[in-house]
Amino acid sequence: MGIKLLLDKAHVEGIRYFDVYRREGGYRSVEKALKTMSPEAIVEEVKKSGLRGRGGAGFPTGMKWSFIAKPEGVPRHLVCNADESEPGTFKDRYLMEFLPHVLIEGLIISSFALGSNATYIYIRGEYAWIPDILEQAIAEAKANGFLGKNILGTGFDCEIYVQRGAGAYICGEETALIESLEGKRGNPRIKPPFPAIQGLWMRPTVVNNVETLAAVVPIINMGGEEYAKIGVGKSTGTKLISACGNINKPGVYEIDMTISVEEFIYSEEYCGGIANGKRLKACIPGGSSVPILPANLLFKTAKGETRYMNYESLSDGGFATGSMMGSGGFIVLDEDQCVVKHTYTLARFYRHESCGQCSPCREGTGWMEKILKKIDSGKGEMKDIDLLWDIQRRIEGNTICPLGDAAAWPVAAAIRHFRDEFEWHVLNPEESQKRNYGLAHYADAREVVA
Amino acid sequence: MIQFSEERLTKVKEIMNRYPEGKQKSALLPVLHIAQEEFGNWLDTPVMDYVAELLSIEPIEVYEVATFYSMYNLKPVGKYLFEVCQTGPCMLRGSDDIITYIGEKLGIKPGETTTDGMFTLKTVECLGACGYAPMMQLGKFFREHLTKEKVDAIIDECRQNAVKNN
Ligand SMILES: Cc1cc2nc3c(=O)[nH]c(=O)nc-3n(C[C@H](O)[C@H](O)[C@H](O)COP(=O)(O)O)c2cc1C
Ligand code: SF4
Ligand code: FES
Repeated sequence: MGIKLLLDKAHVEGIRYFDVYRREGGYRSVEKALKTMSPEAIVEEVKKSGLRGRGGAGFPTGMKWSFIAKPEGVPRHLVCNADESEPGTFKDRYLMEFLPHVLIEGLIISSFALGSNATYIYIRGEYAWIPDILEQAIAEAKANGFLGKNILGTGFDCEIYVQRGAGAYICGEETALIESLEGKRGNPRIKPPFPAIQGLWMRPTVVNNVETLAAVVPIINMGGEEYAKIGVGKSTGTKLISACGNINKPGVYEIDMTISVEEFIYSEEYCGGIANGKRLKACIPGGSSVPILPANLLFKTAKGETRYMNYESLSDGGFATGSMMGSGGFIVLDEDQCVVKHTYTLARFYRHESCGQCSPCREGTGWMEKILKKIDSGKGEMKDIDLLWDIQRRIEGNTICPLGDAAAWPVAAAIRHFRDEFEWHVLNPEESQKRNYGLAHYADAREVVA
Repeated sequence: MIQFSEERLTKVKEIMNRYPEGKQKSALLPVLHIAQEEFGNWLDTPVMDYVAELLSIEPIEVYEVATFYSMYNLKPVGKYLFEVCQTGPCMLRGSDDIITYIGEKLGIKPGETTTDGMFTLKTVECLGACGYAPMMQLGKFFREHLTKEKVDAIIDECRQNAVKNN
């Protein structure tokens, strides 16, 4: 069994409620932080832990916190990003639904560290039943003196509010999220100014992912240095992975980042192998935006080394032969699945979610969807594949926010690694409509035990 | 007349108090959700104008937002809205078949409403339930691990609820 820091109490009955959570040792970190540490000391501890943002970009959290501006008399805010809309990702939902107090506990310490007296959780609108769970946890924490005025007699005041979005992936991008929280369309802002200087209502703001803020709890409890000993290199601590697609045991797993990708897929503790006795064909290891990898590049890097479930190893080889940890949305495709079709659904997703501000993204996502649909439905021509490559190349790096890149990368990687599958669709228009195209040479060579 | 119930009006006031003085526009998304609950699950223009008045903002500020977010319905929908996810991870687990099956069973295509106004079928993009695919949103909750049998049961359940609520 690997180390668990966030989900270790997930199976305790009633852990959703304050009394049980408290009995199991909950809110100790708040007592420790608020009574014995200064805000600066907490930021230092988070720096020492090596914690990196769990929302996708992996930016060091302690460093991000130290950037927050502190102009005299201007309130600051912490905003928790619970927008979780990257296809393949459903880990924050799990945490909020089953262990809401872990998040609330993390939010209280983080609010104290950043000096936020009004903290907002921005949760995707479709998770419509979760605000009730969070609000219940908040009310319980408040009734027990951990939130509200003069918390634990320390003089620190803090309120946490839950705000629902209304269906827009782009609102996961931090500046779009801020716009949305202000009651506007989710159009990302041009940076600078960065939110740490001018964010929510033009006040200094830190936006962090749910899992990031929850991880502050074990960091304070065990100390940053101890936390940093878990994992490997710059991948410290534990990471939640939401695994889905053609595996035996889809679900949310907490891993310490020393296990191999192969172990994660095949071990009974995690994904439990490929469903229906099939072979593994490909995997998108970090949410829909990161490059897809064929089985042969997934278990071993191009250099022939074992690939591990951590930031460095997953990105080993760059985009040519590697991928990314991203949000931890782990999507597995078996040998019967069609990469063209899967990529088409992702292109459709990004077209739907583009906010429309920049023409390369707005037009490019539309074109990519159209061309992929054409190829997928057996009407493609060889030149379409090159056109597709050309379009994605022109989006990347030419937009206000990274959604443009996020839309371009999956298409680029699919063509890079599965070009002959695209060509096969063009050359075999009728057959391609009858069955998905499972190319044997991409598949994991391991014997399938029936 | 367009007017929130007392209970909902109290809720709106409570939400408006979550933000600093003068920033009540921040309440717009939550209040539009409440408006959909109160006024038949869609946002007619007079409803949006009412929300604008409540928040002391221009109607255009409300229209802009209502048209941006996918959860606001700008035309009437059926009593039961089936929002079935069609993105990659769900597709890998057979969402296409589920969408086709629901469509055939109800005699409608995605985007359409049955003539009796009972059901609307809509395809949506990833709802954060990829590990429990195929899935759909029905009202406040998700229905996961869908099979044809489960779809049958859900449709029956809706019909029975409709009779009960009449
Ligand atoms: C298009 C887009 C969507 C994003 N969606 C999310 C999201 O759903 N949740 C999230 O935490 N971060 C998301 N991010 C990343 C945020 O912009 C931001 O980096 C993150 O919330 C920072 O928190 P962290 O440092 O704790 O990861 C998204 C970024 C982009 C460009
Ligand atoms: S890249 Fe796309 S989503 Fe991002 S701001 Fe530009 S148009 Fe909007
Ligand atoms: S792809 Fe359907 S819920 Fe994520």
